[in-house]
Amino acid sequence: METAAFGPTFLRNRMAVIGALMLVTAVIMAALAPWLAPFDPDAATRVTIDSIYAPPDSVHWLGTDDAGKDVLSNLIYGARVSLTVGFFASFISLIIGGLVGLIAGFYGGRVDNTLMRITDILLVIPDLPLMIVLIALLGRGFWILILVIGILGWTGTARVVRAQTLSVRERKFVQRARAIGAGNFYIVRRHIFPLVFPLMVVNAVLVISAAILNESTLAFLGLGDPTRLSWGQMLNFAFRRGGMSAGAWWSLIPPGFAIIWVVLGLTLLGNGLERIFNPKLETHHLAVGDEMVARPVAEQPPPPLSIQPS
Amino acid sequence: MNQYILRKLGWALLTVAFVVVLNFFLFRILPGDPARAVKDPRLTQQSIEALQRRFGLDRPLHVQFFFYVGNLLRGELGTSFHQQRPVTTILAESLMNTLLLIGAGTVFSILIGIALGVLAAWKSQTVVDYGILIGSLVAWAAPTFWFGIILLFWGSSHLGLPIGGKLTIGANYAGWWERWLDIGRHMFLPTLTYTIIYAGQYTLFMRSAVLEIFSEDYILTAKAKGLRSMQIVRDHALRNAMLPTVTVVALNLGFTVAGAIEIETVFSWPGLGQAIIDAVDRQDYPVLQGAFLLLAISVICANLIADLLYSYLDPRVRVG
Repeated sequence: METAAFGPTFLRNRMAVIGALMLVTAVIMAALAPWLAPFDPDAATRVTIDSIYAPPDSVHWLGTDDAGKDVLSNLIYGARVSLTVGFFASFISLIIGGLVGLIAGFYGGRVDNTLMRITDILLVIPDLPLMIVLIALLGRGFWILILVIGILGWTGTARVVRAQTLSVRERKFVQRARAIGAGNFYIVRRHIFPLVFPLMVVNAVLVISAAILNESTLAFLGLGDPTRLSWGQMLNFAFRRGGMSAGAWWSLIPPGFAIIWVVLGLTLLGNGLERIFNPKLETHHLAVGDEMVARPVAEQPPPPLSIQPS
Repeated sequence: MNQYILRKLGWALLTVAFVVVLNFFLFRILPGDPARAVKDPRLTQQSIEALQRRFGLDRPLHVQFFFYVGNLLRGELGTSFHQQRPVTTILAESLMNTLLLIGAGTVFSILIGIALGVLAAWKSQTVVDYGILIGSLVAWAAPTFWFGIILLFWGSSHLGLPIGGKLTIGANYAGWWERWLDIGRHMFLPTLTYTIIYAGQYTLFMRSAVLEIFSEDYILTAKAKGLRSMQIVRDHALRNAMLPTVTVVALNLGFTVAGAIEIETVFSWPGLGQAIIDAVDRQDYPVLQGAFLLLAISVICANLIADLLYSYLDPRVRVG
């Protein structure tokens, strides 16, 4: 694999770098939560009428919430819950999607047809209502939430992986390996999977962002685990427990910004990576105005990462 | 031509069948099934059996399934546990409200999305482009419900708009126009939320679609003929970008449903989304089951219409 070209290409892609930095800050925040947060959200506090929805001051920088807890600390600890759900759920999605895509693409024919038909059906069924129904029947809980988001989020991955597998399968070196007598499993593991994997990584970034958005939505709708304060759960409490009428903007705005921060970071990173693997022209014939220019002079797009085994 | 339509129609029917089966077995197999909802500890053994007989719960699962399908075909979705009204009646009212919201929001967001997307692509790599790009990306990344909360917060305190519902409770109207004026005031913020969120997505999509078209050789040819940029955008780029746009708008309908659920919850808009969330809170399974079915079938129909529309707009699809 020619991965040496990856570093410089990545750094030249400004969007991807910004996205990666945004994501890294969130991960650091989650990892160092006990040291960064000024208060422990789980510690028992004595609550008076004045400490509920108290506006920001020098002690509580982002004020307090409906239970008199520090919003900033909740926000920092909330990163743990939101990111954990995002990573675990997308892990499930990637495994299912990767397997379905590899099997469908590699075996082709009837297997491919059946698997893709199922994928198409699932793609059409609206996700959120199905998640709501599943959680309503299975009960609320942290792992149930992860499972439900995970098992409904694999369709995109399956399609991407299948398309790539189909094209790799027909390449010369795969045909040659087969001619020498390599088994199916060996070919998939040694020749196909390494070429499919980079695409899966790009896809994973986008799957994680979708999972985090789904988690916050479900938690806001009251279908999350009420004992774990994710960003969506914070919004649920602030919205349903009088944060609006108390005018407590400090309990409503920050969790939303946190979600936007992470999802935007992941989206930028994902799109940037996609552009590195699959460069597209960003300039065009009308970009130079009305004069006739044979071809707008632009920086040569970076060559596509060739990861063909030599 | 006919074969294409038939294939798409058959495919949609198959998907509906899958949803019906899924909808039946989910509610029977997973914990919290309706058979258990009947099991009230205060009931005697005899009345439990009577109830189960009455609802056919003593029959084998496959027989129950045929009953279920038979009832569905007659438009019978059961009775709400909570409201003691037929589910069909409840859902019919909610569906109209949701369609009103989604319809208005979709029209506005498509118009804005197309305009901004074309503008961004045209002025690509300039401040205009970057501004539009960042704005749409933020709208894309923002949770719909959170955006609704912020608009609600701002609209109700600064614009004096109602905080939720569809009509002012206890209001008397001099005529239908006053009633619709009231509905309009209630609809303003939910529709605005919807419009901004989805306009962001359509802008991003339009931008990349138009960018691709602008790099085509026929754009260069049009320029060489001496057409002004405005003309090229209107007659060459926009027309060709409409095709993928139709698909995306239709494919997006699944997500639209999600957005409607979130927005309706924030603004207490009495639509299908609100009905679903209420049903979950009250463990009103017949309503939940019916609402899910209705949503799924609506999205499948929308996809079917998109496929047919696409084949009408682009005749190549029918052959290929």
